[in-house]
Amino acid sequence: MPKSSVPLLAAAALAVAACLAAPAAQAVEVRAGVLRVDYPALLPISRYDARPEDLDFAGAVLADEDNATTGAFLGHTYETKSVAAPPEGALAALDEMLAEGIRYVVVDARAGDLLALADRAAEAGALVLNGSAPDLALRGAECRANLLHIAPSFAMKADAIAQFAVWKKWPRWLLVSGSNPEDRALAEAYRRAAKKFGAKIVEEREFEDTGGARRTDTGHAMVQRQLPTFLQRTKEHDLVIAADATDYFAAYLPYHLWTPRPVMGSAGLRPVTMHGAHEAWGATQFQTRFEKLARRHVTEEDYNTWLALRVLGEAVTRTGSDDPAELENYILSDAFELAAFKGQKVTFRDWNGQMRQPILLYDGRITVSVSPQEGFLHQVSPLDTLGLDRPESDCTAFQ
Amino acid sequence: MKSLLLTAALCLTASGALAGKAFVSNERGNTITVLDTGTWEVITEFEGGNRPRGITLSPDGKLLYVCASDDDTVRVFDTETYEELYTLPSGPDPELFVLDRSGSPLYIANEDDNLVTVTDTQTHTILAEVPVGVEPEGMAISPDHKWVVNTSETTNMAHFISTEDYQIKHNILVDQRPRYAEYTDDGTRLFVSAEIGGTVSVIDIAEDGTPTLKQKIGFEVPGVLPEWLQPVGIRATSDGSRIFVALGPANRVAVIDGTSLEVMDYIMVGQRVWQMAFTPGEEFLVTTNGNSNDITVIDVAAQKAIKSVQVGQQPWGVAITPN
Repeated sequence: MPKSSVPLLAAAALAVAACLAAPAAQAVEVRAGVLRVDYPALLPISRYDARPEDLDFAGAVLADEDNATTGAFLGHTYETKSVAAPPEGALAALDEMLAEGIRYVVVDARAGDLLALADRAAEAGALVLNGSAPDLALRGAECRANLLHIAPSFAMKADAIAQFAVWKKWPRWLLVSGSNPEDRALAEAYRRAAKKFGAKIVEEREFEDTGGARRTDTGHAMVQRQLPTFLQRTKEHDLVIAADATDYFAAYLPYHLWTPRPVMGSAGLRPVTMHGAHEAWGATQFQTRFEKLARRHVTEEDYNTWLALRVLGEAVTRTGSDDPAELENYILSDAFELAAFKGQKVTFRDWNGQMRQPILLYDGRITVSVSPQEGFLHQVSPLDTLGLDRPESDCTAFQ
Repeated sequence: MKSLLLTAALCLTASGALAGKAFVSNERGNTITVLDTGTWEVITEFEGGNRPRGITLSPDGKLLYVCASDDDTVRVFDTETYEELYTLPSGPDPELFVLDRSGSPLYIANEDDNLVTVTDTQTHTILAEVPVGVEPEGMAISPDHKWVVNTSETTNMAHFISTEDYQIKHNILVDQRPRYAEYTDDGTRLFVSAEIGGTVSVIDIAEDGTPTLKQKIGFEVPGVLPEWLQPVGIRATSDGSRIFVALGPANRVAVIDGTSLEVMDYIMVGQRVWQMAFTPGEEFLVTTNGNSNDITVIDVAAQKAIKSVQVGQQPWGVAITPN
């Protein structure tokens, strides 16, 4: 008798263990990373645009809280590691994350570094979420199967502005662009948008970046004399489009034109993913949660990071998995949808990994309008009127 | 002659007393509009606190409860004098609530704090705070008083809270941004709207209260972008035969057959239709239309809108006195 009691006890213990293991089998521990690459940069034109130290990271903290609250009902936990690195230290920072077992990394970096990071992540089977780089090539020939784009492309933002201008019946544009490569890429997006929506760029001016004084005591006096003369004797236009991705002159444009016209693009009415005054569609709740946590207003970068991690959280919630390949499949599938305080669900383009999302048109104080505009239709989704559409994309990595 | 006039006056008073009142919370105007449900004329408008949204009545119709969201309190008004009697502790940012049919407690969704607050309306004290998902909003109570359902807009769940111990016993994942929950009167079914998902989830309720997701109902209106079909408020007739769903910026109320769960009809109403309430006897259904600042009165039997009446700025919710 005593002999048999041992295996009996063992069996009972095993049964208890099995019962305990049942919920444990469903438990998922999601570990993600946010990697922000800090480039040497000049001060912004406006102090309001100074980069907060916790840029991106504050969005990650909020996303962890949101995901964890939901996860608590499902046995899912979330932990995100946030790291800032100089460009030369970015790969090492990523390697460290990968070594710790992190398989989802939100990256805020320029296109070249982003690609190098995505390729390194691919070797470890990790998924990268692009939180900032707007380059079109990343959504075209340079796309990567493990790289999803939360940030809109230059083309999506330019199209958002173009639709609004066309809706307003302001089709004649004066394009004023900067001379840096990023500024030229942005200007190209506006040329493309004009053609796509039937607007006309009547004239272009390139405002050369001579590295001059930006925010000096006498800067405004210089600007007041120089800018109007630079912009005189242009053809008749309804609108000035500013393409200044590097933030060195556009902010001065609205009140220093020769001909009084509205400015859109890099100044005046700007296309953004989010801003701190947006209230529609329940966004007030997002703003108050963010402000309580970060003690400042939200930026586009914070929102993009929050959204990237919410995409991850939503996919984990619905699939109960933490396998990067399975999650990416779900994210790119028709089943995926996510509310993002923009009045309609955000989804992904399964041919290039770009998130479809409405773009807010922001004047520095309020949401003036939201694109896509009424009347711009598409056979799949009105959101596909913004940015590269399937036939225009050279991306083959997702096939 | 004199006595005749007197009789007439008495009759008028009597019929006046019989007609009910509809109370509409005006989110941006910070007021409550009072309408006569016999004539559908506005009787008066009074101050309702800052950002009034959720609105309901005590079972006897004498007390009006209003979620004054930006005041972090529930304001209680006399439905005859419109005077504020007192406030109830609600937790921060109360958005929507549901009152137990006995008149207490009040179950309040605190949108900013991921909580449901349970408040005793007699002792004016908080009985419990129940942690729920992110951005709690929709609230419903089962006819047997045993369950309170809360929907959380960012977590995308319906949480089933036992009223015995205020613990969550079940969670059902629904589509994006669930806004409202409504039980059928027999308690066998629960409907949950998902504003961004564009669907209504139909959840079957077992005898012990256990919920099972049965199916999701989608909507389709020719000439209206699918993105605009955003279900918010839901009302089921007491016999469960018709389910009415407010479709937000689609400016329509969908009518669903309670048996086949097919959409039968779409009724055009005002702009950005939000919440709804039946008159006693379910003769009429009143909708609040946030962007056109009016209400629409729907003839329930005919399934037709018969009247719209201007109210205050951005009407949000509506409550109608019982007979």
